[in-house]
Amino acid sequence: MMYKVEAIIREEKLEDVKAALHAIEVNGVTAYQVMGFGAQRGYKTVVRGQEIDVMLVPKIKLEIVVSSEEWKEKTIRAIQEVARTGEFGDGKIFAYEITDAVKIRTGESGYDALQSSDEG
Amino acid sequence: MNTGDNGFVLLCAALVFFMTPGLAFFYGGLVRRKNVVNTMMACAGIMGLSVVMWVLFGFSLSFGADHGGIIGGLEYLCLNGLDFNEVSSYAPTLSSFTFVIFQMMFAMITPALITGAVAGRMRYKALFLFIALWSLVVYYPMAHMVWGAGGFLAELGAVDFAGGNVVHISSGVSGLTLAILLGRRSGLEHTSYRVHNIPFVFLGAAMLWFGWFGFNAGSALAANGLAAHAFLTSAVASGAALLSWMLIDVIRDGKPTLVGASTGLVVGLVAITPGAGFVPVWSAVIIGLLVSPICCFTMSFLKKKLKIDDALDAFGCHGVGGIWGGIATGLFARSDINSVARWNGLVYGETGLFTAQVISIVVTIAVALVGTLICIGITRAVTKLRVEHKDELLGLDVTQHGESAYPSFNGFD
Repeated sequence: MMYKVEAIIREEKLEDVKAALHAIEVNGVTAYQVMGFGAQRGYKTVVRGQEIDVMLVPKIKLEIVVSSEEWKEKTIRAIQEVARTGEFGDGKIFAYEITDAVKIRTGESGYDALQSSDEG
Repeated sequence: MNTGDNGFVLLCAALVFFMTPGLAFFYGGLVRRKNVVNTMMACAGIMGLSVVMWVLFGFSLSFGADHGGIIGGLEYLCLNGLDFNEVSSYAPTLSSFTFVIFQMMFAMITPALITGAVAGRMRYKALFLFIALWSLVVYYPMAHMVWGAGGFLAELGAVDFAGGNVVHISSGVSGLTLAILLGRRSGLEHTSYRVHNIPFVFLGAAMLWFGWFGFNAGSALAANGLAAHAFLTSAVASGAALLSWMLIDVIRDGKPTLVGASTGLVVGLVAITPGAGFVPVWSAVIIGLLVSPICCFTMSFLKKKLKIDDALDAFGCHGVGGIWGGIATGLFARSDINSVARWNGLVYGETGLFTAQVISIVVTIAVALVGTLICIGITRAVTKLRVEHKDELLGLDVTQHGESAYPSFNGFD
């Protein structure tokens, strides 16, 4: 079974999480800049003397597709360990089962599509 | 007073003023997107600070009556005693205020150059305090020693046409000192510190080049042939350095880069600054062609081997380029171009000027180093120098200023 792990993390944790995923040798990561709110419910800021309510705060979302339950757990653990500060706003991690994956260059699908090839 | 000279130097002062916002774009483009506001704000803050300090006491300490060849007096506090209808004692055809204004712009750009060394990790308030102290402890004495009446480096016979020592070597060495004491940006080994906005870099470099014509030509302090000569040597040295940096890029990576060309033109201007009104035009080509490889080598050496994080190469460009420029002036200057030079340069077989140039460079480095250590010591006693690790990762724009440069665009750097 293949899984997609989605992690919404603090902006400043991107480099650390990237390094942690690199260390466990994850084969691919997609990163997005996203806006959202959770328990923090945004913050107030002042622009030229006027108060502005900022509801959505910038976060980074990472998507990693892995080829087994074991890899899913490993990936989630790696992210959770380094992305945590203990304050509100550390983010969330979601995991889904996915039905297929295709490597565009070779046409390989399923498990094979998620492996890094030797020449790559 | 000569209205032609006066008008020319006033316009040149406005050109020199334009260099500081130019530097803000040059530096701002080079940093990561999360630090661009902070980097530009360093220049913006100095634009206010330097003008006020200059009028209150800076001019007096730089160009007032001499005290021991080191510093000026306090008789011109708040420009008291200067009459704008009278000519300046430093420039017999200019209003005394014109000279104050022209020099004020130099006192603005010089500390701004330092900020490139500390980009991305210094607390803004600490930087602001440091810059105020630095102007007092390093810049005003340096300006007096080199340009002030009775200043001891001028007495020595060393020449500095537009500020190679005062502006470039002093800011470069101070930037390097500050960068070492502050430490490196975090994760420098595995994080990509890409240039975030290359058009900004070129815009800033172009503004600097444009303003530099006022900086160097205006340093003749008259609308005369020497001003035209300095204008031309500046243009050709800068052009030659731009070409030689392109060549370095092509040899090393096969492709010329816009960041390389922009850096080249700036270091060319740095190198010609002390000699612009002393060296013949042909030698300006040599000065320009050689400065790019010299600076390029130092930058890669400092960053790779010594592991010093002079983030935007304040020392690599201004310190090294300025030192080369001061030496080159000692090599190529001719007293028949400008009689302020008491001797010809080394290539014509005279050693007097060359020796004086080397001494003045060494003194400048020493003053900048000691002065910077004093300023850092005081700043550190009052406030923390470096931002929190978390704030550094989040970016100095949001954490120091609460502003984000590009709130609606994507990007991770």
